[in-house]
Amino acid sequence: MSDHILEMRNITKTFPGVAALQDVSLAVRRGEIHAICGENGAGKSTLMKVLSGVYPTGSYDGQIVLDGEPVGFRGIRDSESHGIVIIHQELALVPYLSIAENIFLGNERRGRAGLIDWHRTNAEAAALLRSVGLHENPVTPVIQLGVGKQQLVEIAKALSKKVRLLILDEPTAALNDVDSAHLLDLLRRLRDQGITCIMISHKLGEITAVADSTTVIRDGRTVETLDMSDGTATQDRIIRGMVGRDLAAFYPTRTSTPGAEVLRIEDWTVRHPTQDRLVVDHASLTVRAGEVVGIAGLMGAGRTELAMSVFGHAYGRDITGRVFVNGRQVRARTVAEAIAAGIAYATEDRKHYGLNLIDDVRGNISAAALGKLARNGWIDGNEEITIAERGRRDMNIKAPSVMSVVGKLSGGNQQKVVLAKWLFTDPDVLILDEPTRGIDVGAKFEIYTIVNRLVADGKAVVIISSELPELLGMCDRIYTLAAGRITGEVPVGDATQENLMELMTKDRDLVG
Amino acid sequence: MTSTKPATSPKVDAPDTGAAATLKTGTSDPRTLILGNLRQSGIYIALVVIVALFAILTDGVSLSPGNLTNIVLQYSYILVLAIGMVIVIIGGHIDLSVGSVVALTGAVSAVLVIREGMPWWVGILAALAVGVAVGAWHGLWVAYAGIPAFIVTLAGMLLFRGLTLRVLDNISLSPFPAEYQRVAAGFLNGLLGGQGFDAFTLFIGVFAVVGYAASVFRTRLARVRHEQPVESFPLFVLRVAVVGAVVMWFAWQLAHARGLPIVLIVLAVLVLVYGLLTRRTVFGRQVYAIGGNLPAATLSGVRVKTVNFWVFVNMGFLSAVAGVIYSSRSNGAQPAAGNMFELDAIAAAFIGGAAVTGGVGTVVGAMVGGLIMAVMSNGMQLMGIDQSIQSVVKGLVLLAAVAFDIWNKRRAAGSR
Repeated sequence: MSDHILEMRNITKTFPGVAALQDVSLAVRRGEIHAICGENGAGKSTLMKVLSGVYPTGSYDGQIVLDGEPVGFRGIRDSESHGIVIIHQELALVPYLSIAENIFLGNERRGRAGLIDWHRTNAEAAALLRSVGLHENPVTPVIQLGVGKQQLVEIAKALSKKVRLLILDEPTAALNDVDSAHLLDLLRRLRDQGITCIMISHKLGEITAVADSTTVIRDGRTVETLDMSDGTATQDRIIRGMVGRDLAAFYPTRTSTPGAEVLRIEDWTVRHPTQDRLVVDHASLTVRAGEVVGIAGLMGAGRTELAMSVFGHAYGRDITGRVFVNGRQVRARTVAEAIAAGIAYATEDRKHYGLNLIDDVRGNISAAALGKLARNGWIDGNEEITIAERGRRDMNIKAPSVMSVVGKLSGGNQQKVVLAKWLFTDPDVLILDEPTRGIDVGAKFEIYTIVNRLVADGKAVVIISSELPELLGMCDRIYTLAAGRITGEVPVGDATQENLMELMTKDRDLVG
Repeated sequence: MTSTKPATSPKVDAPDTGAAATLKTGTSDPRTLILGNLRQSGIYIALVVIVALFAILTDGVSLSPGNLTNIVLQYSYILVLAIGMVIVIIGGHIDLSVGSVVALTGAVSAVLVIREGMPWWVGILAALAVGVAVGAWHGLWVAYAGIPAFIVTLAGMLLFRGLTLRVLDNISLSPFPAEYQRVAAGFLNGLLGGQGFDAFTLFIGVFAVVGYAASVFRTRLARVRHEQPVESFPLFVLRVAVVGAVVMWFAWQLAHARGLPIVLIVLAVLVLVYGLLTRRTVFGRQVYAIGGNLPAATLSGVRVKTVNFWVFVNMGFLSAVAGVIYSSRSNGAQPAAGNMFELDAIAAAFIGGAAVTGGVGTVVGAMVGGLIMAVMSNGMQLMGIDQSIQSVVKGLVLLAAVAFDIWNKRRAAGSR
């Protein structure tokens, strides 16, 4: 048995109603870069939260063995005292504090009388910055740094805690190519200095370039651990591990009869609202009446951003490109204009962006098209109840009445309220972003049935989904998106999880 | 009435008031209705308890015809402010400037009418115009510049107090002509003659009760037609009867004092109009949507900036209405007028069930909240309780009301 710094044995973690991790095991050798990959929702982040003590000992089953000793962490501080530091995908720096203050936040360098010793703080920070190759003054506020440099500050912060096992969750998701290459170089150097890294990544090019071994997780279970040193573990090999599951036959059948083109997007380019990078890069796509078109892409590929920017510029800045609905160009700069133009967008995050949880079913269903119920600004309350009841019946929303508060419904029923709300706007094209996220199998089937009914009525539907089987089961055509670019358009007959995943992970060769 | 069920078995309802109990049309279990609407019913119960408490403590003086008239005259402007404030709070904002705006609008009116000798109605129109302009000023900063209302209206509080001093040259102006004074101190009576009491007041009372009964009955019919749960018919009749009795008793008392105060008519019209505005118009519903979930409202096509702008314009307008009433009642304009009125209005909205986080609240609730404050203040004044204690009690009541609101929310979340 080789020298393992960390072993996680038979980890099982359940949330109410769902098992996020089942019997997951992970063994990490000392001084290696160990990649973890899997589809969105496979359980990667949950596993890392178990490891770093975000889910404290006792809230999961199984054993964590560090340096041959069984351990159980009560919290982040506990795991950090053992030299395990996690850097989350969303950076956790305080924007208005300096680099040095951020590095030593919660771990301040103190002098006499407990006061902060600024000379020591800044001097040590400067040394740490040199070791991560960041040439910035430690007193610079973090907000003045780009994302790539902030990532380096996070690593410097980890080093200040005498890290032995560094966990990075999607470290390059928000970085441009140059910064990504720089970061991967740094990880190699850290490895050579004896720091073990666990890296969660979707970018298979990166994984094959830097990882010494790769563990694949699927549906909350460990699939396999691949040794990357002998070159047999290619990207194709990893993809097979990530998607190799039965295509459960719970997609209702539908005969597809696409009609005229309803939505056409040309040359769509969107810049990140605060950072200087393109989130959507010259994307073009078309959707026809009676057709379900899928958009596949991994986290950070720009799927939601594409949809929301088309939906009345609800995301991004410096948006260029053209949108046509039924052949007529639409210049919707507000959501209201987009709705009027016949576009509807059901968000991936229904609780935060889709529903007013403290309002009732009726109020949520009518919210996006109150004008249709009103004469001279006065709402016809009876008509509102009538249409809400119709929505409840058509969508089979299981609520005691349309006066029930939406926040108390189950996820599946909430999603049906979202659908009813957008159907009431009478759209020509309906964009559904992760329409079945976080809802149970039965409700999923109902949602699929509703989608099929809509396209049978001649609507055009776009489904954005992280679940490839869902896209394969529901769509007529699938576009793949990677780093904001459309990397492929595949008729469902030719699509397999493998070739989609390959297109989704097609990033420019950035390491070599 | 066919589709109602009598209250049969109270024991079926669990502490959980949610789904199962309201599933059928004709929910009748009183406990379910009360517990399920604890947030709304709570304040009515509180009002009844407080009214009863002070009636006992003052040996019935607090319920005498003269004192009831006094309460109406004395607190009407706070209630007018509370209408605007609850809408601001539902939208997720706050307005700290209304006291200063009351002072400024009253001052402008006083300068025009008292110093310049213009007709009384010119003063009123000018005050309303100034109020709308102030509201537009706040609205521009909050909605279009994106500055939190707390800051904008804190600045407005200072700004408009300063302008008041400027307009008045630091001195009080008094008195207003008789027509102007009638706004707040006048009564409509004698129109139908009197037999030791004012018949017109009683007529208006009957008119109000019949209107109320007809309105709730229509709502009930519509709800039944749409197969919505309604309270059982006997309970419904009881509710209408109780409300009717209270209104008629109130009218009776007023009729035996000085008749129907003009401000009461103004207030009733405002409550009616704004009650409908908040519940039945696109604008009102969008205010709730914005306060309830701002990103969701944005993604539903609500023109958030426009709505927020008009919420503040409306607050400015109602501040001016309150300013006119207050200046009329105090028969002049003082540099320090309206001091702390914003806090009374905010307290009324929160006691009336508005949520600190926005998205929740009703005009009627704010009125009841305002009445709770009014009855308490008035009762304590009648009892000769020291100002310091009055302030302490009011502070504690506000704290208790919001604590109850938060507790109630947790309970609701827990009963899923």
